[in-house]
Amino acid sequence: MDAVFTKPTIEYADIWPLVLVFAVACIGVVIEAFVPRERRFIVQTVLAGAGLVAALVGTVVVARDLTVHADGAARGAIDVEGTIAVDGPAVFFWGLILIVALGGVLLFAERRLEGGVSAFAGQAAALPGTEAERQASKIGLEHTEIYPLLMFAVFGMMLFPTANDLLTLFVALEVLSLPLYLLCGLARRRRLLSQEAALKYFLLGAFSSGFFLYGVALTYGFAGSMQYADINEAVRNDLSNQSLLLIGIGMLTVGLLFKVGAAPFHSWTPDVYQGAPTPVTAFMAAGTKIAAFGAILRLFYVAFGSERWTWQPMLWVVAILTMVVGAVLAVVQTDMKRMLAYSSIAHTGFLLTGVLGVQQASDLSDGEVTSMQAVLFYLTTYGFAMLGAFAVVTLVRDSSGEATTFARWQGLGRRSPLVAGLFAFFLLSMAGIPLTAGFVGKWAVFTVALSAGAWPVVIAAILCSIIAVFFYVRVIVLMFFVEGLPDGEVASVTRPSLLTSATIAVGLAATVVLGVVPGPVLTLAGHAGQFLR
Amino acid sequence: MNIQAYVVLSAILFTIGCVGVLTRRNAIVVFMCVELMLNASNLALVAFAKQHGNLDGQIAAFFVMVVAAAEVVVGLAIIMTIFRTRRSASVDDASLLKY
Repeated sequence: MDAVFTKPTIEYADIWPLVLVFAVACIGVVIEAFVPRERRFIVQTVLAGAGLVAALVGTVVVARDLTVHADGAARGAIDVEGTIAVDGPAVFFWGLILIVALGGVLLFAERRLEGGVSAFAGQAAALPGTEAERQASKIGLEHTEIYPLLMFAVFGMMLFPTANDLLTLFVALEVLSLPLYLLCGLARRRRLLSQEAALKYFLLGAFSSGFFLYGVALTYGFAGSMQYADINEAVRNDLSNQSLLLIGIGMLTVGLLFKVGAAPFHSWTPDVYQGAPTPVTAFMAAGTKIAAFGAILRLFYVAFGSERWTWQPMLWVVAILTMVVGAVLAVVQTDMKRMLAYSSIAHTGFLLTGVLGVQQASDLSDGEVTSMQAVLFYLTTYGFAMLGAFAVVTLVRDSSGEATTFARWQGLGRRSPLVAGLFAFFLLSMAGIPLTAGFVGKWAVFTVALSAGAWPVVIAAILCSIIAVFFYVRVIVLMFFVEGLPDGEVASVTRPSLLTSATIAVGLAATVVLGVVPGPVLTLAGHAGQFLR
Repeated sequence: MNIQAYVVLSAILFTIGCVGVLTRRNAIVVFMCVELMLNASNLALVAFAKQHGNLDGQIAAFFVMVVAAAEVVVGLAIIMTIFRTRRSASVDDASLLKY
């Protein structure tokens, strides 16, 4: 074969925020090798924070320069030889992920709560309960590798919803997952739980990515190409080998639904959310879900858009099952992080309800929202509420670190009304009470699903929302209306540094603003338009 | 050339890996079974590349090898830590987090 190598064109002007985040992650690794230990913390946090802010500015710049195409529905360009699509929704996802990641960096850098050290293990290699571990925390060792790991995860998350090619999608999936597996196992306190969470997350994650990859292989076997546009073409025209396509779609879906934590692939979620260090949980709960929903939307709308009648019934069932499992199991939880994990499973179900909606703006009358708009808005509200709620969880502590059991939270509202009030507000937003962001998000996803005729899913969603209100309100009752146990058996609020306070304040402000005046963000999400095909 | 045989073989390997993950107790063996699943996918990718006459699948196989290597690094690190703590690599022993 006489192959000629042609140099690929890479449009750096479009993808530079992505490249920047990756470069910062690599520089972070180099810093670990060359900067003296005592200066690493400050250098790493400043670098990570500055890198994320610069990438955020870059995202805004890129978003303003997107090419408008003739039909007006989609803006942007397909770059790097068809592997990365930088379009309206993609830059929206970038912005959202970067904001969540900034919150993540602030929470990672919090040192006041643990009395001068971070929430991460001083020396992960030292065995729990040994002299080496005590020594490590006595001399104040810290793992500053968490910042490059976070940046690699952010890079993967940004690449995930922009991937326009199955191979890029797979690589992005792994790049976002591998650092998170490690971060989960690095808690300073309760290290056995943390290591167990990492093991479970890793083994199940690797298992699901095996399914995902086989799905990639089968879909490639069907279409003869990895690119979404070619797959869509093949789906539309090629009627042979349907079984390859169907099994391929099924297996790809397993991998993606695992990442968002949808039933029946949700079983890792509560264990990992509970065992991981809370700053990691906050970052992961918000970031992974945003990125994975971006990937799901692009894969199903762009690559399998013509095969809608095949995957839609499957997602109906998964959405209903996810909401029921999340809402019902959250009711019986007695641990705050676990309860929030099940509530995030229920949110996955609500988001899947939105995915089932109408995609084309042209199919709708004026003023109605598209599926994309609804899901983007819901992800925004969800991201801020989760970040804020988990940030509050880091504050409530007793002598053994964070106190997450319900019993320890009894009467917290009487001892620390401000913190308990903030937590209650985040819970009310997640429950979807009017005048909070969650209400507008829920309303948006339910209406798009209704207009697409998915009324059984919407009925299930409304019933599950009612169950969800019950378990959120139960926590509020526990904090404000239950007599606290004597001192020493309850947790108290530790005063955080400015970093955690800032994260909570941003989460709070976003939740209030999105609830009271949702217009601008809904317009922004609408302005993101459709995926470029 | 008949590529069907290769695809069937890859499906058999994938199934063996999958069953292995579900039934074996040792975390290392579970992990090896995951690797078997990834390599089964590689075989399918290469076979389909031959069938379609383009190189996408073969290139993907190289990427998968790199990713699998990275996964080994992370995975063995996690399994090692938990083994040193618990003196056991059984996935059944790690059961503090439940319900």
